[in-house]
Amino acid sequence: MIALIDYGAGNLTSVRKALTALNAEFTTPDTPADCARCSALIVPGVGNFAATAALVGSWRDAIGAAVRSGTPLLGICLGMQWLFEGSDEAPEVPGLGVLEGRVVRLHGNVEQRLKIPHVGWNALDPTGGSRILAGVEPGAHVYFTHSYAAPVTAACVASTTHAEAFAAVVERGNVFGVQFHPEKSSDAGLRILGNFLEVARGC
Amino acid sequence: MLTKRIIACMDVRDGQVVKGVQFQQLRHAGDPAELAARYNVEGIDEVVVLDITATLETRQALAKTIDAVAHRIFLPLTVGGGIRSEADAAAAVEAGADKVSLNTAALKEPGLITTLARRYGSQAVIVAIDAKRRDEGFAVYVRSGTSDAARDAVEWAREAESRGAGEILLTSMDRDGTRSGFDCEMTAAVASAVNIPVIASGGAGTLEHFSDVFTRGRADAALAASIFHFADTGVSELKRYLRSQQIPVRL
Repeated sequence: MIALIDYGAGNLTSVRKALTALNAEFTTPDTPADCARCSALIVPGVGNFAATAALVGSWRDAIGAAVRSGTPLLGICLGMQWLFEGSDEAPEVPGLGVLEGRVVRLHGNVEQRLKIPHVGWNALDPTGGSRILAGVEPGAHVYFTHSYAAPVTAACVASTTHAEAFAAVVERGNVFGVQFHPEKSSDAGLRILGNFLEVARGC
Repeated sequence: MLTKRIIACMDVRDGQVVKGVQFQQLRHAGDPAELAARYNVEGIDEVVVLDITATLETRQALAKTIDAVAHRIFLPLTVGGGIRSEADAAAAVEAGADKVSLNTAALKEPGLITTLARRYGSQAVIVAIDAKRRDEGFAVYVRSGTSDAARDAVEWAREAESRGAGEILLTSMDRDGTRSGFDCEMTAAVASAVNIPVIASGGAGTLEHFSDVFTRGRADAALAASIFHFADTGVSELKRYLRSQQIPVRL
């Protein structure tokens, strides 16, 4: 059973529909303690990093404990940013901090008409050796919608460039994160979600 | 590199896709979920569902249609038509919409743009502008194109951005359904005035019309309906053509 964490940041309908299409069993836990009973966790989210303040405290503690015990975790969009130490978007709110680095605002490029927010389909540039990207072609396009992004660090397994390179996919042990929306990225996105479900099944 | 988006629009009435010419003379084009599934296979980048009679008949967007479409495709889905309140938008989002498109209501109550942007993020709020050429400018119309809003499209697009809109969906009423080409001058005027993506709509008829609107029209995305519904032009054929013209697209 996968725990889909609902902390009020955006709508979970799309993620639920994608998980249903992939025949995943999932639940939305009512209390942080329920996380310990699930085989994997998904932290979705759209919007401002400040929304993750709802996770500070018992949820953050429970999710952190699950991750330390090896439970697979997938962060999507804002949920991926939350895996880092924090974000310039809401500096007072701590992230989960399982990955080093801070989330910063993208700059874009006015002359090249590279606008912020970064909205639309952009290419993944994989660096190799990733479980969550198994079977995904280099250069595959996925759907982004965001203004802030995580830096390219050792945990980054695929970057994307929008005036500057940022971490599109991160992976370290059983911790995974995607800056784009796999539930909105057609076949490539479903493949990536399916790969996470495979990891979850193997644990 | 961020690609130019190709968006299929489905004007829905009574649960069926219909398409008119210059907002009139509707004809049937099929079941929304079936059409959306076909577009997904062909490589469409986004789908827009517009409940075209909602504004006139004071109905909310059809939750059942949205739900059926959202179960078939895993692509960004925008819903518009009759979204007049935060509750209407919430119903569309609950049913599976990723973005809502505001038109008449945004002009009547611009604060709704800000309310929805705060609740769902700017990326979820599209302001749709229906406009016609008049003198040197572009006159905005509301209530499905039946009522002159006494606003200019460029000036209204700027205000919509400042109030929190994440994208502008700009429809040329002069070109709608005519297949005579997008209004590139109007699109470029709006796209140059705002820093958010502009979706060009109205007039798609040939492959060249799309390359024109991405170059001369400076559009970030192009939306069409009848050209795709009646399968005159396949989405994959269009995208291959655009790539041959050095326009970045997702294939």
